[in-house]
Amino acid sequence: MIRSFRALLVRDLKLAARVGGSGVMGLIFFLMIVTLIPFALGPDLNLLSRIGPAILWIAALLATLIGLDRLFQADQEDGSLDLLRLSHAPLEVVVLAKVVAYWLVTGLPLAVAAPFLGLLVALSPEGMLAMVATLLVGTPALTFIGAVGAALTASLRRGGLILAILVLPFMIPTLIFGVSAANAALGGTIPFATPFLILIALSLIAAVVGTVGAAAALRSGE
Amino acid sequence: MRLSVNNLACERGERRIFAGVSFTLRAGEALVITGRNGAGKSSLLEILAGRLRPAAGVILLEEAGERTLAECLHYVGHRDALKAALTAEENLAFARDFLGSPAMTPSEALEAVGLAHAARLPVAYLSAGQRRRVALARLLVAHRPVWLLDEPTSALDTASQDILRLLLERHREGGGMIAATTHSPLFLADAKEIRIERRPTRLEGEPEEESA
Repeated sequence: MIRSFRALLVRDLKLAARVGGSGVMGLIFFLMIVTLIPFALGPDLNLLSRIGPAILWIAALLATLIGLDRLFQADQEDGSLDLLRLSHAPLEVVVLAKVVAYWLVTGLPLAVAAPFLGLLVALSPEGMLAMVATLLVGTPALTFIGAVGAALTASLRRGGLILAILVLPFMIPTLIFGVSAANAALGGTIPFATPFLILIALSLIAAVVGTVGAAAALRSGE
Repeated sequence: MRLSVNNLACERGERRIFAGVSFTLRAGEALVITGRNGAGKSSLLEILAGRLRPAAGVILLEEAGERTLAECLHYVGHRDALKAALTAEENLAFARDFLGSPAMTPSEALEAVGLAHAARLPVAYLSAGQRRRVALARLLVAHRPVWLLDEPTSALDTASQDILRLLLERHREGGGMIAATTHSPLFLADAKEIRIERRPTRLEGEPEEESA
């Protein structure tokens, strides 16, 4: 089971790194949104640093979403999904390997890049640190929730939009607690730990529900 | 090991494709599935591979220990299940690690299907026949007793067809089972054959057919 997990993880990481892979796409999309917003808002540094965490979180959410429709669809199209069904490991392990690989090439780079992009929205050093921490524990929730949608729309030709409509409502709690944790670190009435712990809880719940849900969706889908 | 299929029926899009398909496969036996285009040959294999769910009927795998049918089979369908961005060797290495019970190494398997020279090429650069051979090489990298092959000879030249026939024979001698759809007769020596017929549309007033 560990062997299958590792084989699939390595394969997906390799694919992301090759030409046409989704490796840097999310990161570039993230960068585009975060660079555009200061231009649109104008040079008001106070305003920017106040809404900075929100901008970064929305950008991270959209960047996670943008490549998600290919998560299972690519395997569905070339028949690999049939091969993945033949493993000794249950389909949940297959889903887990794919989601972990996806997070490593989209979620993790976003969290690592957050301090640099924080400069663009005039975040304080504490704010940058809080952004890295919240994105690090919050983006797994986004990926796992998205995986259910990706599994449901795997056999649809243009499933990207339906996927977004399906999963966005479920991503809102993560967004709320992610932004409020980042804001709490910048000063405020609530301690940082309160929303941060809820964010961790959301990620853990999403990890279980997302894995089981996506596997169930793949089983029932033709 | 014995695979028995009893009264299998298939429905797609609320339409009955076939019904009442039964056969038994023992170790070393081969089954050739024939029928017209659209008769449901591929659907039958997809049901066995766990991709489609049967509308009725039972699939039983006996004397296989604790393994499920999915863990005992190789499936090579119309789509080659190869990643175009990876090389032939990487594709096979993944299958070997992922499927478990490894047999040949990827380079040995590619050699066996006559593709040793293309091992380092991304699959995207290979021709249809070459891709098909890489997909068939997957049969050799992991040991699985049941092989499900959907039109295995399509896109293959005569030399490759001979290699394939040899591989299939060797698999049967080793106690393996093969179920293959094909349009070319005499593809497998002394194989059982079932012909799948598209069911005629039921006339009005006819009694409802029993569903097992």
